Amino acid sequence: MVYKAQSGHPGGSLSCIDILVGLYRSAMRFDPENPGWGDRDRFVMSKGHASPAVYSILRDVGVLEDSDLDGFRSLGSVCQGHVDRKWTEGVDFSAGSLGMGLSFGLGSALAARLDESERHTWVLLGDGEIQEGQIWEAAMAASHLEAGNLTAIIDRNRIQNDNFVDDQMRVGDVASKFHSFGWNVIKIDGHNMQEILSALSEAKADVVPTAIVAATVKGKGVSFMEDNPAFHGAAPNDEQYAEAMEELS
Amino acid sequence: MTGISEPGASRDGYGDALLDLSYDERVVVLEADLGKSTKSCHFRAQYPDRTFCLGIAEQNMALVGAGLAEAGKIPFASTFAIFSERAFEQFRNGIARTGLVVHLCGSHGGMHTGQDGSSAQSTEDLGIFRTLPGMTVMHPCDRNSTRSLTRKLLNHEYPSYTRTARNKTREIYSEEQADNLEIGVSSELRAGEDATIIACGVMVERSLDAAEELSNRGIEARVVDMHTLKPIDKDAILEAAKTGAIVTAEDHSVIGGLGSAVAEVLSEECPTKMKMVGVRDKFGESGSPEEIMNKMGLTSDNIVQRVIELVQKPGRT
Repeated sequence: MVYKAQSGHPGGSLSCIDILVGLYRSAMRFDPENPGWGDRDRFVMSKGHASPAVYSILRDVGVLEDSDLDGFRSLGSVCQGHVDRKWTEGVDFSAGSLGMGLSFGLGSALAARLDESERHTWVLLGDGEIQEGQIWEAAMAASHLEAGNLTAIIDRNRIQNDNFVDDQMRVGDVASKFHSFGWNVIKIDGHNMQEILSALSEAKADVVPTAIVAATVKGKGVSFMEDNPAFHGAAPNDEQYAEAMEELS
Repeated sequence: MTGISEPGASRDGYGDALLDLSYDERVVVLEADLGKSTKSCHFRAQYPDRTFCLGIAEQNMALVGAGLAEAGKIPFASTFAIFSERAFEQFRNGIARTGLVVHLCGSHGGMHTGQDGSSAQSTEDLGIFRTLPGMTVMHPCDRNSTRSLTRKLLNHEYPSYTRTARNKTREIYSEEQADNLEIGVSSELRAGEDATIIACGVMVERSLDAAEELSNRGIEARVVDMHTLKPIDKDAILEAAKTGAIVTAEDHSVIGGLGSAVAEVLSEECPTKMKMVGVRDKFGESGSPEEIMNKMGLTSDNIVQRVIELVQKPGRT
């Protein structure tokens, strides 16, 4: 997708794709035959630039088709640059402006409570994204309002747009920060499927909001992208594409 | 239709309307620690389960509203007009852009807020929310019209921003008259063919006073309450153009507000001589509402003067 469009964000898509597989293939209440089902779990991709990961998993479960993915980032395509509920079936949140998704997820969770529904809301946040103050407004409110049906997953890939998170603005001990806001916290290896599934299952069961801090590798699976800030928002060239596809196959 | 009788503030009308709408289980109320001021507190007292107090955090409030709306709720969120501006980008990217319907009410708008001083005197809110595609923007003039127009948001298909005022104003509409108001359709409060005053919010009562004074001087000015700035009532503006002179009156910056909205219609469809009474690229200060309105040129006298300048100007179209 990113190669074809020659624009997009491969690094942060590869770092979170294992988590999306865990969600869509196991944890989430979701019917690919009826992606708009009102009582489905909600998935909020707050780091909206990781749209290739979302489109890939929606393709994998059969909501989107290859031709949809081929249009990524082109005029009129259902696969917009950043995930957008208005354009893509199966997308719950319109992202692209960082820091807003956890608040939206809290709204979804409160609506589920009013509806006396057991549906759960999952929000995927970037670790650079949590520099936005609104994340902490939402973290405080979710705890205060006892939104146990809300889970945040932090894709801790340690890299943001310009550079490493630690160089741009240290976010410090993310787990203790959420813990101090009253959240249950689970730390996992974000590429270990057993750990992912067990954390998702634990998060769904408890009565306070849960933050899963997932240690991940930006650009996971493609050696020259791994841990490389240059591939936050850059497309591979012809040679790099061939190399990446060989490594991923 | 000029009324006097029971005073109330337009923000009271917002509080009344939320209670009126409480029968609909989809209605939820969001607050940012200003429910006592915006008057959502009355709903909160009766329906605590459907009220979410989100602390002093307007950006979060906006997106919590979006999440609720996505799940079929009809969120009514309120804060001070000035702090609604803090969540502007959230309203743009999280609500207006996404096709979700959340209704935001900004109370204590304009210079009329008075003593709290310039930090609270929002004079940009109507202008900035007007720029968002699909957004409805309203600024009713009294308690009854605010109540009626807010009630009509229940099945409105677009997100909205409604500014209310802190301080009491005259009752312009009886409850019955207010019931007949429609979003996007202005209301002619006084007939006149020599000029038209198009006003919103607290400037409506001043416009009626101005028209009375003008009448004493032999000029019959029509007064139009443009309670909805967007979508703007083009037909009424084009009708007003036939009077040959238009003065707009708003407790808001002349940059981007009602005057701009009227000028946008006139300049494209029917260029007509007009003047704007509004805030002239300035910040306010503490003072009683009347003092600061005087200082900012937001009085009936200012309106009278602008109308006379236009009517007496030779060569007007």
